Amino acid sequence: MSAVLEVRGLRTEFLTAAGILRAVDDISFSLSAGEIIGLVGESGSGKSVTGFSLLGLIDPPGRIAGGSVRLNGAELVGMTPGELRRRRGREIAMIFQDPIATLNPLLTVGQQMAMALAAHERVSTKAAADRCTEALARVGIPSPRARLSAYPHEFSGGMRQRVAIAIALLHRPAVIVADEPTTALDVSIQAQIVAEMRSLAREFGVAMIWISHDLAVVSGLASRILVMYAGRIVEEGPAARVLRDPRHPYTCGLLDSLPAATAPGVPLRQIPGAMPSLLALPPGCAFQPRCACATPDCAVAPEMTVERDRSWRCFHPAGVASERVAS
Amino acid sequence: MLGFVVQRAFQAFVVMVVMSMIVFVGVYAVGNPVDIVIPPDATQAMRAEAIHRLGLDLPLWQQYGVFVWRLLHGDFGRSFVYNMPVLDLIGGRLPATLELVLISILFATGVGVSLGVYAGVRPSGLVAKSIMGLSILGFSVPSFWVGLILILTFAVSLGWLPAGGRGETVEVFGVPWSFLTLDGLGHIVLPALNLALFKMAMMIRLARAGTREAMLSDTVKFARAAGISEGTILRRHVLKLISIPIITVFGLELGSTVAFAVVTETIFSWPGIGKLIIDSIGVLDRPVMVAYLVLTALLFVMINFTVDLVFAAIDPRVRSGKTRT
Ligand SMILES: Nc1ncnc2c1ncn2[C@@H]1O[C@H](COP(=O)(O)OP(=O)(O)OP(=O)(O)O)[C@@H](O)[C@H]1O
Ligand SMILES: [Mg+2]
Repeated sequence: MSAVLEVRGLRTEFLTAAGILRAVDDISFSLSAGEIIGLVGESGSGKSVTGFSLLGLIDPPGRIAGGSVRLNGAELVGMTPGELRRRRGREIAMIFQDPIATLNPLLTVGQQMAMALAAHERVSTKAAADRCTEALARVGIPSPRARLSAYPHEFSGGMRQRVAIAIALLHRPAVIVADEPTTALDVSIQAQIVAEMRSLAREFGVAMIWISHDLAVVSGLASRILVMYAGRIVEEGPAARVLRDPRHPYTCGLLDSLPAATAPGVPLRQIPGAMPSLLALPPGCAFQPRCACATPDCAVAPEMTVERDRSWRCFHPAGVASERVAS
Repeated sequence: MLGFVVQRAFQAFVVMVVMSMIVFVGVYAVGNPVDIVIPPDATQAMRAEAIHRLGLDLPLWQQYGVFVWRLLHGDFGRSFVYNMPVLDLIGGRLPATLELVLISILFATGVGVSLGVYAGVRPSGLVAKSIMGLSILGFSVPSFWVGLILILTFAVSLGWLPAGGRGETVEVFGVPWSFLTLDGLGHIVLPALNLALFKMAMMIRLARAGTREAMLSDTVKFARAAGISEGTILRRHVLKLISIPIITVFGLELGSTVAFAVVTETIFSWPGIGKLIIDSIGVLDRPVMVAYLVLTALLFVMINFTVDLVFAAIDPRVRSGKTRT
């Protein structure tokens, strides 16, 4: 299977008053056509910055400090702004967490969709209306033609997110970065949107990076999972195996804190402590201060350990020793 | 939308009725104007006759009734001092103030918003820093001093522009206007610039802050992610998003500047309404004061009404929110 998106050693930094903040540190992964991968981690771990970096949407004082992002074989890092713009929306698109904030309240849905269409194609007004109607129908918006002249406030949150998805799908991009698109919605709508995104991705062969802090949402959707902590990927692997048999203590902690992993009436477990500031990371493994398995070895940053189709960044991976004993 | 207009028109009407009462009662309480219309050596009979002629012997509510009745017939009474119809007196002065204020605010908004948006789009450049410096200057330098400097520079030293007066005027609808003649336009430039400076500084700040905020919003990020060009984002998203605070301030400034243009009018001997009202207050020329205050209130109400309509035209949420109630 060929990779539509190939990320190697990506690093994104922000120049802050307190120094250089490395929000994305040496991230590598690849995404095949039509594949859905989940990017999970706590708040502030760098998931959104990773997503924006892929689209070249990091504004000063931030910058992509190194690495490579290849989309359909073309290198995006260092590309001119104009060339990047021509690829955004057409080859790679993004949807955001808060559908209330993404659409302009002062323009009709039709006007906003037409703008997104006109960004890459010259189409007549009538043809544009047809295309937009079709796009709205595709994401399950009832009476799409009439809804073109409606304003965002006339839609519910879930419907607005569908409009955003329709805009992202307009040009049938190869990759969609979905940055927590269901976090702001209530649970039943969440499930609907997730199911719909899954079938749309399959139908159009769109590959997706699904960003979430919720492993439960990702588990039903992604074929592979990347776990991110303090700007780095700490574990990567096929979704089923990562969820059933996690290696990194941080992944174990995330899984333990899921409501489903706890008996009813028992308080939810949490990972103790909080993520350290990216400006003052401890030496060695960034998770070490919160880790129950930490030993003096952890003062040195662990490299990625690769085992068949999965990898992790830890000296004391869970499950490995016991497997050896069993075999 | 029609319901919205009717509702707003009714509100405007109520405001006008209440305003006319407050103004009338307020001015009534200020002092007795009889003494200024009769000679100091007048007899008691002459005094009583004057009081009767002016209707000052009637009870307050009757005076108000007469006042409103006349108002509705376009009769604001006669000035005690100039002994001419108040409407003619104000009609001769108000257009001068209106054209001065309108030109200066349009200029301030046009230039201020352009500079502000530029500074908001490229906030770290040298140009943006200079623009913001200019705006701080506009805020901190006193207006009368700027007026004097303008006269000294452009009228006295360089001799490019006249220092005062309205210049040549043209009558349109029976009202004299300066901005329609070249000479009149030349006379407007300096006072308009003087009046515009502070407002321009304010518009720069407003437009810059709004642009900064809009540029960082998810709306703009999403538009960028869809590949929409920066120019289109600026024109279709940002300008629209920042227009609401700008229109609000535009309306407020328009009203208050008409009411308080007196400093600039005095410096540039601009025969506007400001000078007239200050004089009238000094000598308690009651009909002039009342008419002026009522007309100013009317102006504010009309501006607010228009601003509300513009809001409704721009913002669909205002439109739907108000028609439902
Ligand atoms: N414009 C910026 N300037 C400075 N620092 C930034 C900027 N944007 C993000 N960061 C920093 O980058 C880090 C990662 O932020 P990011 O938004 O990617 O987190 P996240 O994983 O998406 O979290 P969440 O789940 O809350 O969305 C944070 O520490 C944040 O402070
Ligand atoms: Mg985020």
